[in-house]
Amino acid sequence: MDQLLTLLKENARLSVSELAAMAAMSEEDVKSKIAAYEKDGTIRGYQALINEELADKNAVTAFIEVKVTPKAERGFDELANTIMGFDGVESVYLMSGSFDLAVTLSGTDYKEIALFVARRLSTLDGVVSTSTHFLLKKYKDRGVYMDTEIDERGLIAP
Amino acid sequence: MMDYDKLISKKCFEMKPSGIRRFFDMANAREGVISLGVGEPDFQTPWNVRQAAISSLERGKTKYTANSGMAELKTAIADKIQKDLGVTYDPSQVIVTVGGSEGIDIAIRSIVDPGDEVLVVEPCFVCYSPIVSLSGGVPVPLETKAENDFKLTADLLREKITDRTKMLILPFPNNPTGAVMDRKDLEEIAAVLEGTDILVLSDEIYSALTYGGEHTSIIQIGDMAERTILVNGFSKAYSMTGWRLGYVAAPAPLIKQMLKIHQYAIMCSPTVSQYAAVEAITACDKDVEKMRTEYDQRRRWLVKALNGIGLDCFEPRGAFYVFPSIKRTGLSSEEFCERLLNEYDVAVVPGNAFGDSGEGFIRISYAYSLKHIMTAVERINDFITHI
Repeated sequence: MDQLLTLLKENARLSVSELAAMAAMSEEDVKSKIAAYEKDGTIRGYQALINEELADKNAVTAFIEVKVTPKAERGFDELANTIMGFDGVESVYLMSGSFDLAVTLSGTDYKEIALFVARRLSTLDGVVSTSTHFLLKKYKDRGVYMDTEIDERGLIAP
Repeated sequence: MMDYDKLISKKCFEMKPSGIRRFFDMANAREGVISLGVGEPDFQTPWNVRQAAISSLERGKTKYTANSGMAELKTAIADKIQKDLGVTYDPSQVIVTVGGSEGIDIAIRSIVDPGDEVLVVEPCFVCYSPIVSLSGGVPVPLETKAENDFKLTADLLREKITDRTKMLILPFPNNPTGAVMDRKDLEEIAAVLEGTDILVLSDEIYSALTYGGEHTSIIQIGDMAERTILVNGFSKAYSMTGWRLGYVAAPAPLIKQMLKIHQYAIMCSPTVSQYAAVEAITACDKDVEKMRTEYDQRRRWLVKALNGIGLDCFEPRGAFYVFPSIKRTGLSSEEFCERLLNEYDVAVVPGNAFGDSGEGFIRISYAYSLKHIMTAVERINDFITHI
């Protein structure tokens, strides 16, 4: 991956001049490259990486495995489109293996998620079965450890 | 009451504790200190290396190894030197040591007799001169200059060579300056040494952390390998400081002598660390590359930021230190660091801790996350504007 993208992926809040220094590019090049990435959709957005355990103690996240019957011509896309339109659906992936769609869903409590699966998801045309897994603890997300690591090194050393 | 001072060997008694020690105590006494003061990587040892160590313990590999180290490891080290530098060593020309530190110790002790002069490139890591003195040798500083990018020049070397010169200690990439010696620089040094009996102790512990070009070793120049003791290790390249594992590679007759000290003082390097090192040296090129890339990004950011706030620094091309001048503040290195610590809670190391020629400079380490570095630099900027 382009170094600029690697840097932004790690810390999207770096300024243009910081990025320029770190990637050994001119500020102009950084600006135009980022603009190009945003325009062609390579960069889809900038988000903070939040530890929900601290931000909202009641938040619930579930991973739902969905088996579906693909439709002729449109395959899995139609159903994926329908599912990702619902509020609370954070991600929808088409998977290889024993199920087809992996859906990540966040909600304010267990009941909300249970109702979503029972009323909205399972009843969709083409959905064969679902299997819902609740997230218990997040250890690492997008390469970042959720617990703060303690620097065990001394303050000063030769 | 016993007068212990009278009992201590004169050489040990006269040895000065590291200049950093006082600073270390001061920094530790404060709370909320942000440090840019360490000399070890912030990355974790690659997971596969830790697993290799765990697996060796599970398999009961807890006995001594051969004095000079496990054959598998010595072969891997010789292969690595061949691959990186194109110089051939037989595995029997390698000793696996307890860190690069022990390599430096046995190299100096096996060569230096009382009265021998040892040329020490300064500023430099703190251990060379005390060990030379302990052997009865006379350390002769070669003071490198900022205007030469802290490189050792042929003129400076020539000026200090006498009939008693036994050894040149060449520590590049350099701690604390971050200076590197390019092939051309090394060729000039080799030309001065040619025809003399001076041995080189080349401490290349930071060789994997060279930016914007490949590391060059003096052993690659002419027949310099014949007169060089190469010291390297696993601490910096693979982020394995606590494993205490390094090595020396040298001509066979020198290895034979060094091995005697090593076997009486150490017996063999820790077995668990040797198993970990085999994994590191054979399967971690990608990890090293990743760490180097990140250091390089921080380095670029830091050099720009420091020059931006008025602390002039030349561009260091190795290790993980920046060595800016603080002369324009009118403070000495120690004053600068003490006030920065006491007034702004940032710990950096005064340049004179690495030799008198470091006066007027401070060492800033970028073995920290960029976020951490940014916060510290903000505070340093506050300090400078309020001096």
